[in-house]
Amino acid sequence: MWEYTDKVKEHFLNPRNVGEVENPDGVATVGSLACGDALKLTFKLDENGRITDARFKTFGCASAIASASALTEMIKGMTVEEAAKVTNQDIANFLGGLPEEKMHCSVMGREALEAAIAHYRGEPAPTEEGKIICECFGVTEEEIARVVRENNLRTIEEVTNYTKAGGGCGGCHEAIQEIIDRVRGEGKAVTRPKLSNIQKIKMIEETIDREIRPLLQQDGGDLELIDVVGNRVLVATRGACASCAASQLTMKQVVEAKLRELVWPELEVEEVSQ
Amino acid sequence: MKPIYLDNNATSQVAPEVLEAMLPFLQDFYGNPSSMHTFGGQVGRRVSQAREQVANLLGAAPDEIIFTSCGTESDNTAIRSALATNPGKRHIITTRVEHPAVLSLTARLAQEGYRVTELPVDAEGRLNLEQYAKSLSPDTAIVSLMWANNETGVIFPVEEAAALAHNRGILFHTDAVQAVGKIPIDLRKNSIDMLSLSGHKLHAPKGVGALYVRKGTRFSPFLVGGHQEKGRRGGTENVPSIIALGLACDLAGQKMETENTVVKALRDKLENSLLIKVPRCRVNGDRTQRLPNTSNISFEFVEGEAILLRLNEYAICASSGSACTSGSLQPSHVLRAMGVPFTMAHGSIRFSLSIYNTEKDIDAVIDTMPGIIENLRALSPYWEVGDSICAGVEG
Ligand code: FES
Repeated sequence: MWEYTDKVKEHFLNPRNVGEVENPDGVATVGSLACGDALKLTFKLDENGRITDARFKTFGCASAIASASALTEMIKGMTVEEAAKVTNQDIANFLGGLPEEKMHCSVMGREALEAAIAHYRGEPAPTEEGKIICECFGVTEEEIARVVRENNLRTIEEVTNYTKAGGGCGGCHEAIQEIIDRVRGEGKAVTRPKLSNIQKIKMIEETIDREIRPLLQQDGGDLELIDVVGNRVLVATRGACASCAASQLTMKQVVEAKLRELVWPELEVEEVSQ
Repeated sequence: MKPIYLDNNATSQVAPEVLEAMLPFLQDFYGNPSSMHTFGGQVGRRVSQAREQVANLLGAAPDEIIFTSCGTESDNTAIRSALATNPGKRHIITTRVEHPAVLSLTARLAQEGYRVTELPVDAEGRLNLEQYAKSLSPDTAIVSLMWANNETGVIFPVEEAAALAHNRGILFHTDAVQAVGKIPIDLRKNSIDMLSLSGHKLHAPKGVGALYVRKGTRFSPFLVGGHQEKGRRGGTENVPSIIALGLACDLAGQKMETENTVVKALRDKLENSLLIKVPRCRVNGDRTQRLPNTSNISFEFVEGEAILLRLNEYAICASSGSACTSGSLQPSHVLRAMGVPFTMAHGSIRFSLSIYNTEKDIDAVIDTMPGIIENLRALSPYWEVGDSICAGVEG
């Protein structure tokens, strides 16, 4: 049995805003019977562009119904611009969280909202474009890339929880992994500015001082930075480490991991005798 | 509130007599049946008695019964044993609607290089015996067909199928976890070589099962250890549960008549009433060849988990073959194998009764269900009241 929050249960048992708005300004249906859930969202605006009424119809499980109910409650009173900023995480948060495996219900809510706004603006629905990656559930490359980016997803399993993609025959797993790798690659390039050589050496020295040396000294060893050539970090071991047969292992495992984590992911540690 | 429990194919209530019978073996009689002293020996005698009780229900001899920890262990043991004792043969036959205890194992064996035939079923969940006969080959090491399906209750003609296999010298195993205790079984009258059963489906506790192995069948143990079960299954006997299983089998034999008259009548009342009271629903599976306690009904255009959680509000327990409840994102493999359309598969509910259900239970469900379905359909974008053709139907 799923662990639903009280708020999910409450919205499931007493869904708000069921039905369809008459003469809606925005309308969209996402999902399908084959996939096991679908959501039709309609909304109406007042003269100031605020959503005065929003209604839904859902075919789906308890959390799909609760997510749709939550969504309509959230967007009522918002301007279209404000509503356009609502994320799937916002919907999940409104409900006090959803089980991981059910996050796709919140994503369906966000997709319906976006599609309804696009309909209002006379634009094509955003998620309908692009190459289908998962045939079983009709999920596009764009959709997958987007949930990976917005929810910081790392694994295929997480992508399946959020979009259902990959939850059928499994034939699309490789393609999903590629998207994850690509999107996560983007992230790194943006958040990690290139270091100048001087900055790099300084950071390596600091890291050795602060994080690594105390560790080695516990065992009576020490480490000296000799040089940095590109991404090669040349170090020499001192004291107990120098004569220890396991020191090669220590280098690779501890020092390199620490430096890669804290300074630069492509660093390679080499031991030199000096 | 005492639940209205209609999920007996998932697990069943421990019979009060059974609980009472097993308790002393958790308290005073904790001896090891293998011990030399009287204290342990007396326990051993009770284990033998339980073995006789299980054998009696099946029309088997006591030493054809091996106690195991569950139905899954019995299935794994049977299939692995058949492969180990037929090392030259590389082919396995089973069906698409088996329990995961068999299908996950055969999938793994396929990876290990065995050839696996998964026979299809028709829209009613029935097996085509001709097609089955054609699939038998000199390379076939074992056939494993379930006696009755856990989701639909549909009964396979395992006795005919076993005879066909036997004629060609092929071992035949049946997963009878759902059948034992619900329909009469007499292994003297057929040529089934191995049969799996599970305690908790017939009012014994969870964690005990048995494997029947016909006398003369070559056998290779799955759990290797001490000399328990004549070396066929290592591990100290789960004495309290074995005593429980024995008595549960005894009781099941006594209640077989009730199961097939009273329980069946309740099931039929439930099914027929819902079919009349709720529009656009249908029964999944062959209604003529079916367990007396099971009814699998699809309610079109609503989703199973939503139905179950609404039923839960009335303390009514059932289960569903919908995607959201199958633990995957697709509807149950059984309904898919039967080609049940998506509009129906997602809204499937399984009611499985037992001798402990009353007419009052059934009436409560008959009263509750139509409102729940109507309510959820009012939420569904695919349901148009008074409109038999629904918008946007796919699959
Ligand atoms: S193509 Fe994605 S799961 Fe089948």
